[in-house]
Amino acid sequence: MERPLTENIHPGREPLDLRGYEQAGGYQALRKALKKMTPKQVEEEVSLSTLRGRGGAGFPTGKKWSCMPMGADAPRPKYLIHNADEMEPGTFKDRLLLEGNPHQAIEGTIIAAYAIQADVAYIFLRWAYKLPAERLTKAIAEAYAAGYLGENILGTGWSLQLYLHVSAGRYICGEETAMLNAMEGRRAIPRSKPPYPHESGLWGKPTVVDNTETLCNVPHIINNGWQWFTHMSPSADGTKLYGVSGHVKKPGLWELPMGTTIREILMDHAGGMQEGFKFRGVIPGGASTEFLVEEHLDVKMDYDSVEKAGSRLGTGTMIVLDDRTCPVGMVHNLEQFFARESCGWCTPCRDGLPWTARILQAIEEGEGQPKDLARLALQTKMLAPHHTFCALAPGAMEPLQSALKHFKGDFEKHISEKRCPWR
Amino acid sequence: MLTSEDKIEIEERFPHYPTKRAVCIEALKVVQKRHGWVNDEAIADIAALLEMSSDDLDAIATFYNMIFRKPVGQHVILVCDSVSCWIMGYKRLREHLTEKLGITLGETTPDGKFTLLPNVCLGACDHAPVLMVDNDTHGDVTTEKIDALLDGYAKKDGV
Repeated sequence: MERPLTENIHPGREPLDLRGYEQAGGYQALRKALKKMTPKQVEEEVSLSTLRGRGGAGFPTGKKWSCMPMGADAPRPKYLIHNADEMEPGTFKDRLLLEGNPHQAIEGTIIAAYAIQADVAYIFLRWAYKLPAERLTKAIAEAYAAGYLGENILGTGWSLQLYLHVSAGRYICGEETAMLNAMEGRRAIPRSKPPYPHESGLWGKPTVVDNTETLCNVPHIINNGWQWFTHMSPSADGTKLYGVSGHVKKPGLWELPMGTTIREILMDHAGGMQEGFKFRGVIPGGASTEFLVEEHLDVKMDYDSVEKAGSRLGTGTMIVLDDRTCPVGMVHNLEQFFARESCGWCTPCRDGLPWTARILQAIEEGEGQPKDLARLALQTKMLAPHHTFCALAPGAMEPLQSALKHFKGDFEKHISEKRCPWR
Repeated sequence: MLTSEDKIEIEERFPHYPTKRAVCIEALKVVQKRHGWVNDEAIADIAALLEMSSDDLDAIATFYNMIFRKPVGQHVILVCDSVSCWIMGYKRLREHLTEKLGITLGETTPDGKFTLLPNVCLGACDHAPVLMVDNDTHGDVTTEKIDALLDGYAKKDGV
């Protein structure tokens, strides 16, 4: 089984330096793209590969690039932001890619920048990723010294500056338009769309924002061709980094064909549940995705299959709920997170999320009222997509509305017994 | 209040962006790195350097949770309280830390050694529960590990 993204990653060891990366075939894709392909051809190759954004939204990457204004009339400078602000609770995949093979992430960034003919690229890195920051800084310097960055790259006449931008916290920065404001030195408040970043992004100029894992796929697609990518998995979308946390025997992260089933990931790779713990459910793709339960274990972890099952692939990193953990407490924890991380810009999110968290806390502490379940259900409607400025609050409602469905009995028991049965 | 080193480090970033204000978050971090936190004087100095108003900069400084606008202890302990760590025993760790340090979340020990802060997911969930002390991430944390960790800092700092 091919594992292009993690083939050269050995946790616990120093990552490949420039020379090691080149010896392993690194920067060949960059040479191929710049010397043998036009920017349009690079975009088409990625479009044909059907690569979709790995940050959570799953938007087709090539399509995003194809929206960028090209040619002599395009506004300049154009920007690419490499979104390495991994902050979705339960998600730890980009950390591995950045720590384990920084040059792969940089090569993908440069090729993507070439496809959209960007002049400047930034890696927007979350503050907590200290080791990735150190390794990226070193790798960027090496890439400049080797002539893969800077002026007239590989003698093609195309120039690109790449800078590392380390943030100072807040989940909302991962939202692409909030990220634009953060980059510009403002509060990270989302912007209204349209205009989309490719129309008016950083400092009003055309901008593309792509996730780390997405960009790491790019060199391999260029090296091997789009057909290779579509043949790697049954769902025709390459590989995916899947993670599992919670009371399983071997929590961890694995690169597997896109569309591997939840059961295989949980049982074969994460080793199944720890002794004394029973599986009750799973949030398949980070905090802002809907719970799936036992009946969904054979669902394939690809964009379409997970959506058909009523959830989202999201980041592909699962959080497992076991029988010794209170589902109401878990949802309370999630809603508290979203309430705290709301940027405060729009009223439904700023007021609705703390309200939701307070109701859940009351239920958890045995002070829930019979009407609270209807109140919570109402919140999921009030904070539904398009009722708020961005996707934060609708995302927060996903685990809540699915918990109300799958764990209804547990909510009711809290209210009727006036206590948490797990305490 | 800005030292010449602070100023040099901030100005080094100017060529990376088309505006000076884009450097402001980095500038706040530069000051914090050397001085532990960002006081009003530093806000005024950075704002002047970046041609912003102090209020404008303060609105940004108070938005980002890793910019400290109040003094913190010599070491900042960030305890992850997001979902994976919550499942894997965050509460036990928090209770142990607050008891051992004699402070609650958001406080600093009277000797100025440790500040204890809650924090969102630190992106190491396969090793939950997780905490960070200054720049170091610690995974699979147990109460015993916390004891050893705190003792280690006490020894390192020569107490």
